[in-house]
Amino acid sequence: MTEGHQVALTVNGIPRAAHVPARRLLSDFLRHDLGLTGTHVGCEHGVCGACTVLVDGRPVRSCLLFAVSVDGASVTTVEGCCEPDGSLGPVQQAFWDCHGLQCGFCTPGFVTTITAYLDENPEPTEDEAREAIAGNLCRCTGYQNIVASVLRAADLRRGVRA
Amino acid sequence: MSTRTMGEPVARREDPRLLSGQGRFLDDLGHGALAVAFVRSPHAHAKVVDIDVTGALDVDGLVAIYTYDDLAGPLAEPLPLLIPHPTLTHSRTPYALARDEVNHVGEAVVMVVAADRYLAEDACDRIRVDYDVLPPVVGIEAARAASRLVHDDVPGNIAATMVQENGDAAAAIGVAPHVLELDFAIERSASTPLEGRGVYARWDAADASLRVYSSTQASTGVRAALAAKLGLPPNRVEVVAPDVGGGFGVKIVHPWPEEVLVSWAAITLDREVKWVEDRREHFIASAHERGQAHRVRVGFDDDGRLHGLEVTFWHDNGAYTPYGIVVPIVTATQLLGPYKPGGYRVEFQSLYTNTVQVTPYRGAGRPQGCFVMERVMDAIAAEMGLDRADVRERNFIRPDEMPYDHGLIFQDGRPLIYDSGDYPAGLQKLKKLVGWDEFDSYRAQARAEGRRVGIGIACYVEGTGVGPYEGGWVKIETDGSVLVATGLTTQGQGHQTAFAQVAADILGVPLERVTVITGDTRRFGYAVGTFASRAMVMSGNAIAAAARTVREKALRIAGESLEADPRDLEIVGGVVQVRGVPTASIPLSTVAVLSNPLRYAFDAESARATQFAMPADPDKPPVADGDSPGLEATGFYSPPRATFANGMHAAVVETDPETAEIRILRYCVVHDCGTLVNPRIVEGQVHGGVAQGVGGALYERMAYDSDGQLLNASFMDFLMPYSTEVPTIETDHLETPSPLNPLGIKGAGEAGVIPGMAVLASAISDAEGFTVTRMPISPSELFRLRRSHEEGTIG
Repeated sequence: MTEGHQVALTVNGIPRAAHVPARRLLSDFLRHDLGLTGTHVGCEHGVCGACTVLVDGRPVRSCLLFAVSVDGASVTTVEGCCEPDGSLGPVQQAFWDCHGLQCGFCTPGFVTTITAYLDENPEPTEDEAREAIAGNLCRCTGYQNIVASVLRAADLRRGVRA
Repeated sequence: MSTRTMGEPVARREDPRLLSGQGRFLDDLGHGALAVAFVRSPHAHAKVVDIDVTGALDVDGLVAIYTYDDLAGPLAEPLPLLIPHPTLTHSRTPYALARDEVNHVGEAVVMVVAADRYLAEDACDRIRVDYDVLPPVVGIEAARAASRLVHDDVPGNIAATMVQENGDAAAAIGVAPHVLELDFAIERSASTPLEGRGVYARWDAADASLRVYSSTQASTGVRAALAAKLGLPPNRVEVVAPDVGGGFGVKIVHPWPEEVLVSWAAITLDREVKWVEDRREHFIASAHERGQAHRVRVGFDDDGRLHGLEVTFWHDNGAYTPYGIVVPIVTATQLLGPYKPGGYRVEFQSLYTNTVQVTPYRGAGRPQGCFVMERVMDAIAAEMGLDRADVRERNFIRPDEMPYDHGLIFQDGRPLIYDSGDYPAGLQKLKKLVGWDEFDSYRAQARAEGRRVGIGIACYVEGTGVGPYEGGWVKIETDGSVLVATGLTTQGQGHQTAFAQVAADILGVPLERVTVITGDTRRFGYAVGTFASRAMVMSGNAIAAAARTVREKALRIAGESLEADPRDLEIVGGVVQVRGVPTASIPLSTVAVLSNPLRYAFDAESARATQFAMPADPDKPPVADGDSPGLEATGFYSPPRATFANGMHAAVVETDPETAEIRILRYCVVHDCGTLVNPRIVEGQVHGGVAQGVGGALYERMAYDSDGQLLNASFMDFLMPYSTEVPTIETDHLETPSPLNPLGIKGAGEAGVIPGMAVLASAISDAEGFTVTRMPISPSELFRLRRSHEEGTIG
């Protein structure tokens, strides 16, 4: 493919550049061009939320965006939600503590969504926690332990040890 | 020190990988592979007249286009019937690519291989297929009427007719003091895992071997099927289930057309080839379940005790029957739940329609049966003015009647004999948990406030852990770590943790030292698959058997080294020691070294096992007759028949008097899956099952129009519950061990979903004062029922 566009952006703090076709989805760009396969694609029409990444800190559905449309942006994927040393970040740790995942396919979208949400609302109530994840589908867990994970993550971010 | 982990809610070992984006799901593999896309039928029923690919030939990156005419040999024959049954007299399975007729929207007609998926879809768009459209058969009513046929050579659209009976139901009903005749219907739903299907194949021409990764619940089955279809010796085919993003039944079907075709294309093109299902494809080209219509005659006495039960039902099996008639057989047998029916007769017809094929979805026919039986219990209670829980209790099989033989044949071809269970104890727990006896006053108080609330109850029994078998392989490595392999696959059940707990406890090693491999034919070739809530029962017990053999060998070798009787030894924290004398000890790592007599040393540890280092009897061979080097063993578990888990749910709902919105206020679960290996994982399974039960009761349906078009083939329109639709689930457990297997385990995977429709129908009926007989139920449907009730057309 000779046609295409140059894209330069920051992904998980690292500058990345690539030549991509105009129609290359951000989800495919991250997964197949950059090899960041933590971002998953569950429906390709923006409903399930598995592909959620943060663009300049805000959660977006990467299956509904073209890679060229985030030129110059800063993107955070689930891989970027880890601590700098590679250990689990607070949201990820909370999911582990609370059994917030089963098959793990939808999980990256929850992790990014909750990461952004807790920036906005660091001390959610249980109802708020449930509402915060109400745009992401999970077929395994019944959500109860994900709600618990949101609350646990808020505690961990505030340095509260359970 | 090692601590016992069996029965403990230990955190899952697989989670850090999955949480940090390091999972390896199907589409995370093979970035350089060619991509496949399919041209699929837009018609529910049509003859394929002509396929014109010329328009696609100049698409950039196009590699190949295949139609049925390109297939030969076994590949050109229909896909296998996986589970034959004598009553399945008219089984029909699809071709890998449509031959000259398509029987549902979504059936694959043309396969395109291109440099990437975008280009493959470009080519698909440019391929013209001419169809001669035929009138479709959609829905059970049309299938029964049989004025049109799905398959010309299948009279009446009937794939199978099956009757089972125990006692003389008709006679018992004939003399029963009370008789009710009732009709019920359940619509279609589907597994819809968040990850669809997918397959990635690599052919090694020089080695004449094929490696296939598939998002499957049965990697050994895929291997056997691919070998047969592609004419390869099974030992030249490896199938790996990588991380699988949910299955819930749909991925037990194999081989899918795509599995066969992608593998064949990889060989034909000598290139890596991959196909990843998109969401629309999953809706129209995988499998659905649940669609049934039931007619019931039940005879009972003044106390509400069953005297006889006759059930006739019609099962919509879609266009094809690759998985046989397992689903309706399960419905027919598991409908009985925890009850003694008196005389029982069940008859079903499995019917073809021009819709997606029907194969098991979590629950696998049980939710329908449970819905029907529990509606019958409520109907009896209403008829006689009895408490709904009392009617159930009076009909329970009592603990002292176990094992209980229903006189029927279950889905595994074995007698339907319940092994154990204490249903009255479960009911007591549930009534206490939900506050059953106090609800009347709550309902009355709510009504006084203008609110409509109702409580529902539903009980189920679930045959789990069906055979024929599973195996396990356990090895203690020379570094003291433990490797466990089993052939069945994993789709989120936490097998890396639960199977490790079994091995760790038996071998006396810390959990962190155990690694579990599942679903990889390179590591374990004999397996059946993950379905029917069987993994923990089957592979758990097989791994336990292998681990016990390894333990015995380790103690024998350690005993020789420590000059102690193996019976006096214990293994604690990975160290074998004389019980009570911790100083007389030897690490398992060293025992593993000693178990493998060496000629060559490669480090200080291995030097201990070389021929001049070990004390040895010069007249005996280093490896004794009947012995083998290494601390490893393979074990199998094959049960005489299924083990039967059980449980009961209660729900409190509120229905809006104006909008008919249905809100679940409370959802309580009591369940008994025998000995718990990891209560945290079991509870998670229950939660997920309940969510699917709620979805099936209130939201999810496959909306086919009369042309056989699936109108809601997307997550926009197929309403899977979000967090805001699933209630907080309150749980309590009973542990009645199964007498059938050494660990006492019963399966837990499907439990949560089974009574969902039944319990919510019960609660909504209680809130409304009339009977709900069809599921799922939307606010609009509830609104219409209210009108019918006001007009006196329903009771």
